[in-house]
Amino acid sequence: MARPLINVPRKAKRGEVIEIKTLISHIMETGFRTNQMGALVPRDIITLFTCEYDGEEIFRAELHQAVSANPFITFFTTATNSGTMTFKWTGDNNFAVTETASITVE
Amino acid sequence: MTARDQHKWSPVLRPIVRQMMSKLYLTAGALLIASAAIIATAAEIPLDQRTSAYPGMSRETRAMQDDDTANPATLWVLDGETLWGTKAGAVNKACADCHAEGSMKGVAARYPALRGGKVFDLEQRINLCHTGQQKAAAPFPFESRELLALTAFIGRQSRGEPIAIDETKLEPAIEMGRKIFFERQGQLSLACAQCHNDNWDRQLAGSPVGQAHPTGYPIYRLEWQSLGSLQRRLRNCMVGMRAEPYALGSPEFVALEAFLMYRARKMKIETPAVRP
Repeated sequence: MARPLINVPRKAKRGEVIEIKTLISHIMETGFRTNQMGALVPRDIITLFTCEYDGEEIFRAELHQAVSANPFITFFTTATNSGTMTFKWTGDNNFAVTETASITVE
Repeated sequence: MTARDQHKWSPVLRPIVRQMMSKLYLTAGALLIASAAIIATAAEIPLDQRTSAYPGMSRETRAMQDDDTANPATLWVLDGETLWGTKAGAVNKACADCHAEGSMKGVAARYPALRGGKVFDLEQRINLCHTGQQKAAAPFPFESRELLALTAFIGRQSRGEPIAIDETKLEPAIEMGRKIFFERQGQLSLACAQCHNDNWDRQLAGSPVGQAHPTGYPIYRLEWQSLGSLQRRLRNCMVGMRAEPYALGSPEFVALEAFLMYRARKMKIETPAVRP
């Protein structure tokens, strides 16, 4: 159950600045906490988020332990061409989620 | 007054002293009754002054709740939608196989509700269906991802609906909840009403106290970094009062939920809300 939520405008004018919002379900366990038995809870976080627009990387973020659970990442880009945006989240324990969204530029 | 005190007085003075003391006891008794009455009638918030915690939150937190794609609780709502359509239990049926689309609108605004002489909150009602109709081997544990997801999915369909529980049928539960709400408990000897009725517009350790209306449950609480039920929130308050919290799903918690929903009657459901 790691369905990401992506909010990309379906249509935009060429050259328009658009906002992209992403939200993903993840515990973001820091690796600093101990459990009730005093043992360290192993780190389990998303370490990298990237967004490709028509095959070109337009946004990249490295995530660390201070990022809260269920990271919400939002950024702006310029609408250039109609195409797909590919969002990738990768992290500890082979966590890898890819999601796409399409945009029509007029 | 003990026998040892009395024997110090001469036989002449004894009746006078006794009379004085009895008067003193009467006054003290009257004072006690008066202060008890103040606590018991500690004014309920007038209906038109009731408010959700939403307007008092920061701009950022409000924006998070307003936009479904920024509200992390949506992740649970989507999981709930998936579960709703997934076949489960020994009979291999999904919720959607019995319940038509849209049939859950307004349901969360009517819970807790009475069924077969017992009061159920929404979580317990979901589990009743899960074990009773779907014939699942075990109910979803309280605060499990599945139960929160289904509750959020059902609750979301009542957003904007006014809270309207069956006050007549639920009267015993509401009264029990009211009693708990006004009862001092825990090491700090606090009643819910002392904060949430009498001092709701003030601050406690830098945070607004609030009126405690259950309009947005299950909520995404930033402090929890997760979704949580009303009972989890109540547990939180009780631990803060240094009282021993009731067990999740206990009649006391359900009664308290019933009273809080009655107290918030006609207020609009915001589920799933975001709270700091």
